[in-house]
Parts: sequence; structure tokens; C-alpha cells
Amino acid sequence: MKNIWTIARRDFRNYFTSPIAYIVIAGFLGIMGWMFFFNLAHFNEQNMQYQQYNMGKAISITDGIVRPLFGNMNVIFLFLIPFITMRLFAEEKKSQTIQLLMTSPVTLTDIIVGKFLSAFLLISVMLGMTLVYPVVLFATGNPDIGPIITSYIGTLLLASCLLSVGVLFSSMTENQIVAGALTFAGGLFLWLISWASQAAGPVWGDLLLYLSLINHYASFGLGILNTSDLIFYFSFIFSGLFLTHRVLESYRWR
Amino acid sequence: MIHVSHLTKMYGPRTAVNDLSFDIQKGEIVGFLGPNGAGKSTTMKILTGFMPATDGKVTVAGFDVFTQAIDVKRNVGYLPETPPVYLEMSVEDYLDYAARLHQVPSAQLKSSVSSALEKTDLGSVRSRLIGNLSKGYRQRVGLAQALVHNPQVLILDEPTVGLDPKQIIEIRELIKGLAGDHTVILSSHILPEVTATCQRIIVISKGRIVAEDTIERLTTRLNKGLIYSMTVRTPHPAGITLMRTLPGIASVTATGPKLVVEIQPGVSEVRDQIVSTAVNQGMGVLEFSAEKVSLEEIFLQLTTEENVPAQAGKKDGATV
Repeated sequence: MKNIWTIARRDFRNYFTSPIAYIVIAGFLGIMGWMFFFNLAHFNEQNMQYQQYNMGKAISITDGIVRPLFGNMNVIFLFLIPFITMRLFAEEKKSQTIQLLMTSPVTLTDIIVGKFLSAFLLISVMLGMTLVYPVVLFATGNPDIGPIITSYIGTLLLASCLLSVGVLFSSMTENQIVAGALTFAGGLFLWLISWASQAAGPVWGDLLLYLSLINHYASFGLGILNTSDLIFYFSFIFSGLFLTHRVLESYRWR
Repeated sequence: MIHVSHLTKMYGPRTAVNDLSFDIQKGEIVGFLGPNGAGKSTTMKILTGFMPATDGKVTVAGFDVFTQAIDVKRNVGYLPETPPVYLEMSVEDYLDYAARLHQVPSAQLKSSVSSALEKTDLGSVRSRLIGNLSKGYRQRVGLAQALVHNPQVLILDEPTVGLDPKQIIEIRELIKGLAGDHTVILSSHILPEVTATCQRIIVISKGRIVAEDTIERLTTRLNKGLIYSMTVRTPHPAGITLMRTLPGIASVTATGPKLVVEIQPGVSEVRDQIVSTAVNQGMGVLEFSAEKVSLEEIFLQLTTEENVPAQAGKKDGATV
């Protein structure tokens, strides 16, 4: 456990000693802020119209702001996570610093979990900074707290799945660009895989629907913690890290 | 301390290390010598537990490198060919990280780092980023990293590459100072490196051990007799013929004013007779020097086979 923390601590700091963390966080918050403002303005306008024409019940903050906000956040993570994970192993392989890790008395699992944890901490920091939006919502309105909490859990898990894809691709190459591009392509593919489900027929269609990353997110947005979705995300993360272990192990044997 | 028996490593169909066996006692400094691609680095990587062997058994500090890799790694300090340094970290932070990775207890972290800094003379650059240091300094940071957890065994792959002559001498002194407490294996394709630091050398060529002994014994074993070269003012054929008849002389070859005198093996001192003969015959001695059979030639003899052009071996020697 201590080994994992040693590795995670260095890699997490490494994000901040290079411009990566600042650029990723600034980009993330900039886009999120603009979207939040846009959602808020649109929501107010809509509500005003509802009241003006007495069209009945106005749409809730959850439906009008919270859910679109987290939906956008997920998409932004899809774009940003390749930049977060691409260096994790690729850079160490290129500069041969991986030899320090591989000849230290730590297990391969320590190394992989440590690196994953460093990236996980970074996205946790990014998510932590978005807590200002719920604060604004609570200060000015009366939102439902349940969907906000479950959306945070869901987004953290969805982003962690993308991280595990990124860690895996980073372990396969010593070229950071290749690792990043593969992570983006892989993430997007797993995101959109459900599109083909209708055309694929009943059995294959269900399978594709099940494998789709975003398909499992819906329940979180509604304020539900669905066990099967939680299991899917956790097993997805585990599979990504497990495959990374196999990849790195196979490199030792060459 | 290190026990290697029948170690073999294949890279696909290519054999990098072929049935290697040797033992290294505690406190010894042993040099791995061999041309580029002889299997030195591969052997070292196996000893550190970085890479598994195809066949054979290796124990380091009493632990099997295959089944007890973590215990081996705890007791080994390793400096690879390229120092594994993070360019964006400061020297001090990097050593702290290396010490933590090797599970140095928190209470001893500070003292371990400062003692490694002191040993490698890096105190003056401790807070600088490694990326801003010269290659020589980076090499020393790599060495400090291998030392920081005070391991029983040090495995150094070409430790003085990229250093300036003054630093080379310092590092050699440092390595010599480690003998006794630490067991050191260092590899090199540079001969003076090995002669200056090691008590024993293992010469490897094409994945096999071709010689394993102390430097003195290797020199004697392969010594084919001393050779003197001299320059004279006027080479009289009669004088040269007379010189050939002197006791203990194997041959005299004359090319213009340059004479090469080869002495029979085992004959110790004939220099007085050679020079006095030359002077008495009126040839006039301008220059006289002994050409010892150097370790370099031994190295070439051991590692060069007929089908390998001698030039390839010479190239290694030329980097001295």
C-alpha cells in the first residue's frame, strides 16, 4: 500500500511540475464554466416563459441544469483523459526510467495501481473544483441533492473507465501521441458502440448495448445507484488494469 | 553473495547469454568485460530481477531472482546503461523517491539521501532539476540512486560513461571504497576501467565466459614474452645478427632504423646486453622502450576469433 502511494505521489506531483495539469484543469473549468452559464441562462429563460404563459409545472433544476451539465462533463472527459494518461507509461518507457520501477522492490500491481491512482487524483481535483456549481444552485434555488451526488459518483466512475483504457494504451507504446490517440479512439468507440445495437440483431445488439460506457451512465443521472451499472464500471476498470499488467509482464519476457 | 549457474537467455532464436556460471564472494569488486553485445547488460538485467532467464539458476544475497525477485531487488542497487532519472525532478526529490521505492524507513530517508549525495559529490546541485544537469552529473545522480538504500550488492552497467577524466577517477575511487561492505559488479568494454577498479575480471564474449581470473594472473597466463622496441642511428646487419645470438632473444626484426626485439618467455632481464651490443657495434641507440603485452591485447586474443575481423575488437579498445 505504501509503495502504491509512493508511486502515485510522484506521478501526481509530476502533473503539476509540468504544464499538463494546469492546461487540462484550465481547459476543463473554462469549458465547464461556459456551459454552466449557458445552461443557467437557458433554464431561466425557459422558466420565465413557462410562468408567463402559465404552462403548468416548470422543468426542474435536475432536468434543466444538472443532467445536461454532467452529460457535457462526461464528453469533456472523453477529450481530456487521453492527455492525462498518455504519458504514464509511454514516457517512462521512452526515457527508460521504467527500469527504476522495475528493479525496485515493488510489484507490477503496485506500479499500475499507483499510476492509475495519480490520474484518478487529478480528475478528482478537477471534479472537486466543479463543486462550485452545486453551491451556486443551492444558493439561488432548491435543487434535488440525490441526482447531484449520484452524478458525481457516475462521472467519477465513467472517467475512471476511460483512465483505465488510457493506462492500458500507455503501457503498450513508448510514443505518447500514439497512446493518446488510441485512448481517444478506444474511449469514443466504447462510448458509441451502442449505436450499432439496433442493426446488430437481438443477441449481439444486447451485448453492444451492455458494453457501451455511456449506456450505464443513465441511472446515475436519474439519481439511482444501480448495482449492475456499478459492477459494470468496476469490472471495466479492473479489466483495463489487469490487461495492463499482462502487457507489462509480457514485455519482461521479450 | 552472487551465485550463477548455467544461466541462459534467448531473445527469440538468438542466444544472448549461453550457459554462464560464476560465483562472486561478499565484498568483491568484479568486472564484466566484453565487446559490445557480448551479453553483459543482459546478464546484469537478469541479476537485478528485471528480466527473467530462459534457463539456469541465479541467487543474489541468498535469494532466487526468479521466485524471490522482491527480496533480491531490495538488496540490489542497479545503475542501467541509461541512468533512469526523471528530468523534471530535482536531484534531492529524485533520490528521496528512489529511497522510498526501496522501502527505506521514513526516519532514515533524510540521512540516506544526504549520504548518497555526499558519496557522489552532488551536494552542490541537490536542488537543481536533473534536466538542467550535464551528462556527467546525470550519471552521478544515477549512481547515487543505486546507492541510496545502501544495498548489499551493486550492479553498475558502464558506470563511468560520459564522465570527464577527473570525474572518472572520482567514481573509480568511490567504487573501490565500496568494496568490503558492498559486493560490486561493474561492466565495461573499456579496459583501464576494469584494471583500475576490479579485483577480478570475467571476460565475456558472445554470451560465454572466455576467461575469469585476477588481472595479474590473466596477464601472466597469456603473456607470450616481453617485446622491446628500439630506434638506432645506423642499423648494421652484423650487429643485428650478433644481437640475435644473445641468450634469451627469440627474434629481432629490423625495419630501417627500428628494431623489434622479442624475448623468450620466462627470460627476465636482458636489456643491458641488448643495449650494450648495439652500442658496441656502433649502431648508436636513440630510443629504447618496453612493450608490455597489455590487457587490451589479451582482451583481443580472448574475444576475437578468426572469422571476426580484428578491426571490430580494436574499435572497442580505441575508445579508451
